[in-house]
Amino acid sequence: MISAYYFGSVALILIGLYAVLVKKNLLKILIGLGIMETGVNLLLISIGYVSGRSAPILSEGIGPNQAVDPIPQALVLTAIVIGVATTAMALSVAILIYEKYGTLNVEEIRRLRG
Amino acid sequence: MVKRLLAILVLLIIGYWLAQGLANVPFGENKMLVGQYYLDHVKEQTGAVNAVTAVVVNYRGFDTLGEVTVLFIASTGVAALLWRRKRKRTAKTKGSVVLTTGTKLLFPFVILFGAYIFIHGHLTPGGGFPGGATIATAFLLLYMAFITYEIPHRGFEATEGLAGMGYVLVGLIGLAIGGYFLLDWVWQTWGFGHENLGRLFSGGFIPIIYTIIGIKVGMELSGIVDNMLKEEVSE
Repeated sequence: MISAYYFGSVALILIGLYAVLVKKNLLKILIGLGIMETGVNLLLISIGYVSGRSAPILSEGIGPNQAVDPIPQALVLTAIVIGVATTAMALSVAILIYEKYGTLNVEEIRRLRG
Repeated sequence: MVKRLLAILVLLIIGYWLAQGLANVPFGENKMLVGQYYLDHVKEQTGAVNAVTAVVVNYRGFDTLGEVTVLFIASTGVAALLWRRKRKRTAKTKGSVVLTTGTKLLFPFVILFGAYIFIHGHLTPGGGFPGGATIATAFLLLYMAFITYEIPHRGFEATEGLAGMGYVLVGLIGLAIGGYFLLDWVWQTWGFGHENLGRLFSGGFIPIIYTIIGIKVGMELSGIVDNMLKEEVSE
């Protein structure tokens, strides 16, 4: 039986992919990309979990053997920032597209091209 | 309709395939190899108590350098894409008195809390990126509450560049002292902070680098907000 965290993160990835495949509005596609990022980050974090252990901040009572894997958390820290950066770029491209074509519908933009 | 059904079918196949792959990855079991080494040695090797920030800044410092570069490129790219000769803020409705007064009162506290997060990156959860995002939130509050507010561009962009150069400079000092880029010279060569592990003045160069990163990220995200909130004004 697959764990609820794996199931949830895969479901988030699939929901995001569905939005990217089906939706016509550019902003909704970007929202789908954001949901996909969240799913990937959740998957990475849940792979590093060790049941019964605490956050990897070593203090009184939490030794090296009572902490979860710190590497996925460091990876996700990087991935979140990169997600924010790509989202900011994509949103500014969307602003430009709306200013130029007056629509955010991807099919209409394809027709207006050239 | 057919398209949606087809998409759902394809997604279900992909989902089944992913679940098949994940079924072999046990949840909640100890799968650490390098992670256990980091946890065992983080205190004496880096002086940090927070293993995540030690991994991010110290063990895998190049990741963070690349991450900072990505954010810098994104901020420059947003500025380049939205660049216009005449861009101004064109907000029309003024915020209510409660909003503006509340923002004025809240702004220093948000800045203080952001600085707290990035200065204590080696002791508490957080670090440069959350702290920087908190500082950017403070400037976003000002943008939302006041219709004419703009960040002082000249100062912000200069600080951003200087902070980026400061990060590389810290790495280059490590190269000059110990022989490789991003060597933790404060901890390994100076031995600064060996006696007060877990207090503020420890952690090698993690607080230094996280202060630099926090300032840089705060300025960058504020710059992105500034670029996105401006609109073209016809003359």
